[in-house]
Amino acid sequence: MGLELVPVSRPAPGSGGITGTWRTLRPVVDLKKCIDCGICWLYCPESVIDWEKGQKIKIDYTYCKGCGICAHECPTKAIEMAPEAGL
Amino acid sequence: MTVRIDLLPKTKYVVPGNSACAGCGMMIGLKVLGMALGEEAVLSIPASCASVVQGLGPKSGVALPILNVPFASAASVATGMSEAFRQLGVKGQAVVWAGDGGTADIGFAAVSAAAERNSDVLYIMYDNEAYMNTGIQRSSETPKGAWTTTTPTGKREAKKDVALILLAHGVPYVATANIAYPQDFYRKIKRASEIRGFKFIHLFAPCPPGWLFDPSLTVEVARKAVETGVFILWEYDNGELKLNPPSSALVDKSRRKPLVEYLKLQGRYAHLSEDQIKQMEEEIDRKWQFLLRFAQAARPRA
Ligand SMILES: Cc1ncc(C[n+]2csc(CCOP(=O)(O)OP(=O)(O)O)c2C)c(N)n1
Ligand code: SF4
Ligand code: SF4
Ligand code: SF4
Repeated sequence: MGLELVPVSRPAPGSGGITGTWRTLRPVVDLKKCIDCGICWLYCPESVIDWEKGQKIKIDYTYCKGCGICAHECPTKAIEMAPEAGL
Repeated sequence: MTVRIDLLPKTKYVVPGNSACAGCGMMIGLKVLGMALGEEAVLSIPASCASVVQGLGPKSGVALPILNVPFASAASVATGMSEAFRQLGVKGQAVVWAGDGGTADIGFAAVSAAAERNSDVLYIMYDNEAYMNTGIQRSSETPKGAWTTTTPTGKREAKKDVALILLAHGVPYVATANIAYPQDFYRKIKRASEIRGFKFIHLFAPCPPGWLFDPSLTVEVARKAVETGVFILWEYDNGELKLNPPSSALVDKSRRKPLVEYLKLQGRYAHLSEDQIKQMEEEIDRKWQFLLRFAQAARPRA
């Protein structure tokens, strides 16, 4: 009947909701300053930064919580935390 | 030795949109665990932030097989899993991912028993230095002097060195790690999972709401803990205890950054007097001397 006897959750985005709405500051990337080192990708606790060497980074703003770790750790200061519009 | 950053796996074992606080240090650790073990890891997680951050069913924010188990049972459950893997001939690594409260306090008897049995378990204690998900109560891993909701004027007792206690059990592998050094943590997980028997890693994982700092500083706080000598990176493997970089270059205490550079980032230390900070500095040095004597004693004879 498709009933599960053990309560099982399956991996899916948004288990905590649309967490991008938590953000008060938004990481804005200046790709001209980016040296493609991957450090922001490595440290982002939310896994919302996509990175393949040679293709530069991309941030998923639907779930980015705006913690600012990426901006703080970026060696070239290519990421700036800007106030979210409407706040 | 260090894996190149662009060669680390890209699979997302921490799934975006989970319930962890912004800037959670523990989640950086979980990411690295996934990168290092991938589909081979099966986790046993006791009550903690690590059980909460997965989110509410039917979705999960961590893409690894996880058994969420009651307190004090995590190491025993992992022992059972490892026995099942062995009997069924399944290639898997039973991993306990537990907080400091669930390890050093509430689950300690089960951890010690699994170590004594030398169960084939990789036990990782992520240390946010308090019972965070229930509201920042002190644990035996909360450092002396730190504010928590149950130590409003600063904790009076010293931090328990649980990694050294596990080392004294005679298990094959014990290490410390820190989320500011993901490649070091990655290498240690890989190395530990090659060993059959009980492995213990103490992972330093800052917590912005619990330590009272801005979430952008999680990695900075973790790094400063190592650079000031508060947290020492070391590894016990093959009967030998070694310091790891950058701690290995900080044996001479004049090479360490002043302790205040670590303390001043965190509100939980805001009330400390200069005298108390001096005392802390002396205690940190005693900790180094103690560990270095262990390293000396645990060196294999030529
Ligand atoms: C037997 C039992 N006692 C108490 C609790 C309540 N409880 C849930 S999590 C927790 C604290 C866990 O602290 P820690 O292991 O340090 O993990 P953290 O929350 O910091 O991640 C407590 C006391 C419980 N779930 N079960
Ligand atoms: S840390 Fe900075 S320089 Fe490095 S990839 Fe990210 S944005 Fe680019
Ligand atoms: S602000 Fe935080 S969550 Fe958003 S991309 Fe940067 S590190 Fe990731
Ligand atoms: S309370 Fe601390 S450890 Fe727990 S999820 Fe939040 S940041 Fe992470």
